[in-house]
Amino acid sequence: MKQFKGRVVTPGEVTAEAVVTTEGFNTLASLQMALQFGDKEAKCGDQNNKELHGKPLYNKALCLPQTIGSTTGGLVIYCACAMGRSPACMLFANHIDSLAAAGAVLADVWVDGCTMPVIDSLGDEFLNYVKDGMKITVKADGVVEVE
Amino acid sequence: MKLTKEQQAILDGEKGETLSKVMKTLVMYGDAFEAEKLVPITSECNHLVTSFGLKVMSPVYDLMQQILDAGVASKQKFSVDPRPLDKNVPANLLQNLVFNKFMYTKQDFYEKQLKQLGLMDDDAFTCTCYMDEVGNKPKKDDVLSWAESSAVVYANSVLGARCNRNSGIIDIMGSLVGFVPYFGLLTDEGRKATWVVKVNTTKKPEAQLLGSAIGMKVMEDVPYVVGLDKWLGAELNDDACSYLKDFGAATASNGAVGLYHIENLTPEAVELGDRLIAEGAREYIIDDAELERVKENYPVVWKNPDATPKLCFVGCPHLSLKQLKNWTENIEKALKESGKKKVVIPTVLTAAPKVLKEFYKTEYAERLKATGVITSYICPLMYMNNPLCKKMPVITSSNKLRTYTSARYYTDEEILNAITKGGNR
Repeated sequence: MKQFKGRVVTPGEVTAEAVVTTEGFNTLASLQMALQFGDKEAKCGDQNNKELHGKPLYNKALCLPQTIGSTTGGLVIYCACAMGRSPACMLFANHIDSLAAAGAVLADVWVDGCTMPVIDSLGDEFLNYVKDGMKITVKADGVVEVE
Repeated sequence: MKLTKEQQAILDGEKGETLSKVMKTLVMYGDAFEAEKLVPITSECNHLVTSFGLKVMSPVYDLMQQILDAGVASKQKFSVDPRPLDKNVPANLLQNLVFNKFMYTKQDFYEKQLKQLGLMDDDAFTCTCYMDEVGNKPKKDDVLSWAESSAVVYANSVLGARCNRNSGIIDIMGSLVGFVPYFGLLTDEGRKATWVVKVNTTKKPEAQLLGSAIGMKVMEDVPYVVGLDKWLGAELNDDACSYLKDFGAATASNGAVGLYHIENLTPEAVELGDRLIAEGAREYIIDDAELERVKENYPVVWKNPDATPKLCFVGCPHLSLKQLKNWTENIEKALKESGKKKVVIPTVLTAAPKVLKEFYKTEYAERLKATGVITSYICPLMYMNNPLCKKMPVITSSNKLRTYTSARYYTDEEILNAITKGGNR
């Protein structure tokens, strides 16, 4: 088990299984089709992301460097949270980007009972260490345990 | 974050619970970037990214309704991204059923909400709101609360305005209170280039391919591009602006670029030159081989990679008036060379409603119509974003459309060949 300390963007505690991308996570390309057509597992629809394409994202610990792509990204995260189809948490190796930050904040302020913790600045070592299927525990103070 | 008395009062709920939540959202958003303050929005109009009445987006409509019910609509009028539907665009019975009965069932409802919230007018649906014909063109140094990645990168880079890559919903929230958090691309420091990109190609690079290569390399960073003025000149004329519109859209969608500088051409690069380059900036050299490598690496997700294209979209982001005229001339010429009278693949050129209205006043409109090409105000991305289109071999010269859908990227020349001569590449 290894611990990483990040910065809390939106708070919460959760334990979930990791899905990992070392490339930028294109939120619109990844989630829109799944949300639109009621895919309960929210499988990643981004054909350009070979690490994630086709993998379920719902209730997973999504480990990523940052998000990229359309500025609908934040509202897609917000909708995923409001519809109960979001990842269990989002764990950023880098400083969070403006679209993901918007999505995290919108969900936190506007979705009653939203419990998707978002932690950033976990560092490159975090993304090098974590692999698909590992057990992730997010603590309230931004500590992320990987085992 | 330090708030003014006025801002603190809004946060404390003196103007109601809804506006307090809007302010809380903006403060938390700013806190994520260590923003020290909120600054006034100075642009005349706003631009929103969410134009589509997708049934699945009901949380967005609920939130908009909360804003309307609270009576806190913005003083700023706004334009918004393109409509998702247009009956002029070819669609089969099943597609029409899916579009109208399953996907966009909230379109009329949402457009009504947009009008109540401050939509500029019924024709203000486009991703290229900054076109002269549309009339939402910010001035240099204006502070914006825009979303739409291609519009933000254009406003920052070509017009010299200041705007972060805001998400949908955050865009209208800034406008509701009149302030945005001061960080990133709003600051002088955040506008410095951390990459120097050297363009060493032997011919004018395809705008959307060059933008894609740079976007994928620099991600969210600011590139300072050297050597492109050799191909574009030193004047921001119609051709250069159209090129930069397409280039920027690809940098923003294939990566997350919100601002680029083109040496000797874009306003800040002309004003400040290499003083815009941050210490320790990395270097990326682009030659013909690099562009070819990037293009060859695009995945082909058609069921049959050798299928004959069934539909072609050009105009994501929406075309300028000059581009519509250029395409008309090029298609006419290519058809003449191939001995054909009409295009052999259904082809849709998309542009802003007001740009199309101006185009229809010119003699080019009838000439284009004679080639069999369709014009539309649609958002091709919204048209393509459904499982039915996955089975459809669609070609496009838009790297943004390629990124988000199963459409396959062709250069402008390849598009021209395909639609006038037939077959695949």
